[in-house]
Amino acid sequence: MTTMKKENILEVDNLRVNFKTPDGLVTAVNDLTFDLAQGETLGIVGESGSGKSQTAFALMGLLAGNGVIEGEARFEDQNILTLDEKAMNHIRSEKIAMIFQDPMTSLNPYMKVGKQLMEVLLLHKGMSKADAFEASVKMLDAVKMPEARKRMNMYPHEFSGGMRQRVMIAMALLCQPKLLIADEPTTALDVTVQAQILTLLNELKADFNTSIIMITHDLGVVAGLCDKVLVMYAGRTMEYGQTEDVFYRPTHPYTKGLLEAIPRLDGDGEALATIAGNPPNLLNLPAGCPFQERCLYAEDRCRKEAPVLEEYQPGKLRACHKPVNWEVAS
Amino acid sequence: MFRFIVKRLLEAIPTLWALVTLSFFLMRFSPGSPFTSERGIPPAVLANLQAKYHMNEPLMNQYFHYLWDLLHGNLGYSFRFSDYTINQLIAQSFPISAEIGFWSFLVAISLGVLCGVFAALRQNSLLDYGVMTFANIGMVLPNFVIAPLCILFFSIKHHWLPAGGWNGGAWQYLIMPVIAMSTSYIAQIARITRGSMIETMHSNFIRTARAKGLPKARIIIRHALRPAMLPVVSYLGPAFVGIVTGSVVVDQFFGTGGIGQNFVNGALNRDYSLVMGVTILIGTLTILFNAIVDILYVFIDPKIRL
Repeated sequence: MTTMKKENILEVDNLRVNFKTPDGLVTAVNDLTFDLAQGETLGIVGESGSGKSQTAFALMGLLAGNGVIEGEARFEDQNILTLDEKAMNHIRSEKIAMIFQDPMTSLNPYMKVGKQLMEVLLLHKGMSKADAFEASVKMLDAVKMPEARKRMNMYPHEFSGGMRQRVMIAMALLCQPKLLIADEPTTALDVTVQAQILTLLNELKADFNTSIIMITHDLGVVAGLCDKVLVMYAGRTMEYGQTEDVFYRPTHPYTKGLLEAIPRLDGDGEALATIAGNPPNLLNLPAGCPFQERCLYAEDRCRKEAPVLEEYQPGKLRACHKPVNWEVAS
Repeated sequence: MFRFIVKRLLEAIPTLWALVTLSFFLMRFSPGSPFTSERGIPPAVLANLQAKYHMNEPLMNQYFHYLWDLLHGNLGYSFRFSDYTINQLIAQSFPISAEIGFWSFLVAISLGVLCGVFAALRQNSLLDYGVMTFANIGMVLPNFVIAPLCILFFSIKHHWLPAGGWNGGAWQYLIMPVIAMSTSYIAQIARITRGSMIETMHSNFIRTARAKGLPKARIIIRHALRPAMLPVVSYLGPAFVGIVTGSVVVDQFFGTGGIGQNFVNGALNRDYSLVMGVTILIGTLTILFNAIVDILYVFIDPKIRL
């Protein structure tokens, strides 16, 4: 990539995730390439099954047992995809932390919240129990948990969904990681709580100068939080660039379709625009461009030949034979 | 917690009463009597015997008589071994079964859980298949097959262990009864543990623990074991009662003199009071251990409050 103003802390090169299934090899992530500078936020958007979450799991080394990784992900000049479990455990939480999409089930229901928080510090920072306790309380305060000290002794079931996600965020930030991977952190929460969590992430980003990979299907989240966007479809990159470019001047028909499908408050009751059809079965991708069956602009070439990802302008990449010109009237 | 225990104790009373009543009348209505034998008993003797056990009185009187004695902790005289009270018979044989049961229980839990956990962690490996094959064999092999095989191997072929007897519970006499008793329980516990461990290891909070960079051993011991044990614990309550109240097969093959043989002999001899005594013992233990399991849940699952 070209726009290298600041030093990149993460460079992902041709990341590919395959799953061996009884029905054949499924390529969930196909030659993904992106990078991330310190303090920068990258949004990865796409429909369910587009490979967003698998990208995150691959980076954390949390893929299911039948997953096979190819490619490279350099984090602090080290390919973290080939590290063994022990070395990876020094990266996890200490340098790269992750928040999951379902806060209701992501905390251990059999362990006090305080213990789950302190565990991270005891292990990675070698703190004493008393220090770890204080540091955990401080971090709960930082994520705006009311009565943090009291809540250290409570179990997850005594927390609401939004509160549990705050605990997850606090847990992820305990070691002040360089990179935070947030896998749909607001999906399971109701709208007002979503807004609180996003505001919180935005503030924490500024306070801790953490880089964030924000995985979401909510384009509003990306617009509010991300510097860069990567649009994924069927495991591949469709479009990649600065948020304002991708969102306000999208050139890929898929991005355009996604943007048009955002409900508008001034919509006057007209039917919501949708992208017809469903994402393709990864076991049985159509020939050519994976999006061609649903694309309004597809032509013969799209059905025969898969477009390659190319940098059509500095810092702007897309994979499309028939780019569109579309300006969002914001 | 205290309220729960009191409530459980109060609930036990009607349950036990129902158990006593049902078994009392079922026993009396079953054909035959304690005094039927191949050689007929002279009528005068029979009348004396019946008088001794209140059998010449109306059935309801007998029933209330039995309840009254029971309230005083007196289970009555055995019909067959008339020199003994049932309290004496139980006091003699129950400790033997309880000792065999205690060791079998320990062996069953430790081996069962260990096998189950390792099979789960190496799912679909050779180790897993080995454990599961053993578990399936252990479950389908009845102990009346295992017991004679043990005797054949350890006693007759190799002369390592005495073929039977009790000898005050010396360890040589314990080994074979414990093997015969525990095998099916090891197998069952291993299967339950494996299943729930696999399920737990796939849950979201284990993924979180991995994302926290915790070492695998810590994840298993601190995060996974506790929830994985819940189904095992609910199995253990009733299983424990089954184990400590012994088994006819073990008592018969090894001549240990445990309580298991009393049950069957009592039923065959129509020894009303003996059957009643053993039934009440098992019933009480079942109620007790189910309550203990419920209390254990509180310590395992914080969502449960009693």
